Amino acid sequence: MGTITVDRDDPIKGKPLVEAHHDFGSVTDAVCSVVEKPPITKAWWISFFIAGSGLMLLLAMIAYLFWTGIGVWGVNNPVGWGFAIVNFVFWVGIGHAGTLISAILFLFRQQWRTSINRFAEAMTIFAVICALVFPGIHVGRVWFAWWMFPLPYQQMAWPQFRSPLLWDVFAVGTYFTVSLLFWYMGLIPDLATIRDRATSGIRRFAYGLFSLGWRGSNRQWHVYERAYLLLAALATPLVLSVHSVVSFDFAVANLPGWHTTIFPPYFVAGAIFSGFAMVVFLAVPARELYGLKSIITMRHLESMNKIILATGSMVGYAYAIEFFVAWYSGNIYEQFAFQNRAFGPYWWAYWTMASCNVFIPQVYWFKKMRRSIPVMMVVAFFVNVGMWFERFVITVTSLHRDFLPGSWGFYMPTWVDICTLIGSFGLFFTLFLLFIRFLPMVAIAEIKGVLPQAHAGHGHEGGEH
Amino acid sequence: MSAEHKTSLWGYLIEFETVDQLIHAAEKVRDAGFDKWDAHTPFPVHGLDKAMGVKRTILPYLVFVGGFTGLIIAIVMQWWMNAYDYPYIISGKPMWSIPANFPVMFELTVLFSAFSTFFGMLGFNQLPELYHPLFSAERFRRATSDRFFISIEAKDPKFHAEKTRSFADTLGGDAVEAVEEEDH
Repeated sequence: MGTITVDRDDPIKGKPLVEAHHDFGSVTDAVCSVVEKPPITKAWWISFFIAGSGLMLLLAMIAYLFWTGIGVWGVNNPVGWGFAIVNFVFWVGIGHAGTLISAILFLFRQQWRTSINRFAEAMTIFAVICALVFPGIHVGRVWFAWWMFPLPYQQMAWPQFRSPLLWDVFAVGTYFTVSLLFWYMGLIPDLATIRDRATSGIRRFAYGLFSLGWRGSNRQWHVYERAYLLLAALATPLVLSVHSVVSFDFAVANLPGWHTTIFPPYFVAGAIFSGFAMVVFLAVPARELYGLKSIITMRHLESMNKIILATGSMVGYAYAIEFFVAWYSGNIYEQFAFQNRAFGPYWWAYWTMASCNVFIPQVYWFKKMRRSIPVMMVVAFFVNVGMWFERFVITVTSLHRDFLPGSWGFYMPTWVDICTLIGSFGLFFTLFLLFIRFLPMVAIAEIKGVLPQAHAGHGHEGGEH
Repeated sequence: MSAEHKTSLWGYLIEFETVDQLIHAAEKVRDAGFDKWDAHTPFPVHGLDKAMGVKRTILPYLVFVGGFTGLIIAIVMQWWMNAYDYPYIISGKPMWSIPANFPVMFELTVLFSAFSTFFGMLGFNQLPELYHPLFSAERFRRATSDRFFISIEAKDPKFHAEKTRSFADTLGGDAVEAVEEEDH
């Protein structure tokens, strides 16, 4: 990034959001050429093969689970919630950064989001798909999984709406649906761009079909922009509600270690934290390999790293407050739960979590670290590890030592648990690779809207807006 | 296009290179009193709604109605299922306990609002519309990339094949094209 001076990237001074040499046509070319003539077919195929093998592993593990039963997992009597719920919460959390970028930063008119929102929204959808696998397969008798929904059947009974688990069905279902609509609506004008550049009949038909006949009419843009704003306004409280409801699965239970009022905000901060780490982890290789460095600039990465620092510190605060409240409550069970969490048999999980989530991101206080590609890849990796361990710590350490020592136990995952987790990454990356192969990974129309020449009276001189 | 298909004039398509040219031209078309015309841009251009005199959409009202419907459905569904049709006692809680029903009320309000936003947007924009006469113009392919267009339809009561053509020539565009449409 030798040509960019430090000052130009200072977010307060309002420098260009994409690098200055771009005009409308070159933005179209830069993004569409990735889909039309992929520059790195070999690396893509190798990645796709690896990710696809992971997906096959997931399917095989699910088949084995269905055939044999829940006993192939490590769950036991005190620890009835194992990897399935840990992975579910982890994947739902990953999704949150996408909605934060696409909706909340949109409402706050943070225009730097335009280069990364498509990317992050796709990540949201794929992460929620991974998350939705786990509640579906963990119910034991999967052929009754549809009992989660309020559908009439021969027993004439209905789901129990006073249970947070049912709230979860509605929260995550709504979240997935709204994210998908938001993402698809953003894609319509860009699919039309690819349609209009298509040289083969198949491409023209496929992109033409999904772009719904969009022709960039200003009367259509008018309604479209209003609809986009409305969806952003709807997604904003929604994203805050989803992880709050997920946290109710724990917080509503009368179990020391779970039954705390700090859970909803703590879960939301953690979700945003892990989600941004995942966006950085995916965006850095994508921009390098696909020549999008002038659109997803160092400024975007640095802004995301600042959010990682902020949310990571919030998570660290929540960890500290949990211990304070355990002490301050005077409740021996609560106190024991937290002592046991940090110094009991799962101390290694607790300290992995604390190191990855609280200590490592502190390097981002230094600008040099925030702007170093190797550093951000390492930090993003550790944050994701740490956030997975956070859910493991919350779920397993709270359950494994019940109120009576006679009902204490120990949970360790089986190979099936571990392979299912690995397989869920295969599903995620398979979907993600297909996305960058066939769909525009940057919101073309939105990028054009933040170029200086997109504004009347600006001519081509560039500059502030 | 094969010879046996008869075509007639659909309208004129005028191409512009910059946002400024487009906005000035749109003001002129608006002031000339045309009704069935449109601008086509690769991204939403600020100030163009005013230059064209586009009326504010009523979509938000539709979304309110949709969201309210979702809320009512959530309330009635939870009451009917848990308190009326199949009541059962859970941890001694009341059969009909409003606070426990809030999350689902919220979620269905958002879900129905989002559906009405998305499908309302498609409805008001008359999408999907996979065929349109403008797609036959080769230059129109750049409307989704880097060029700006104004189209004036022959259906407009003020439209006149020659007069509108010479009016289009005065708008300052790079090119004016007559777009044909197949007769049905």
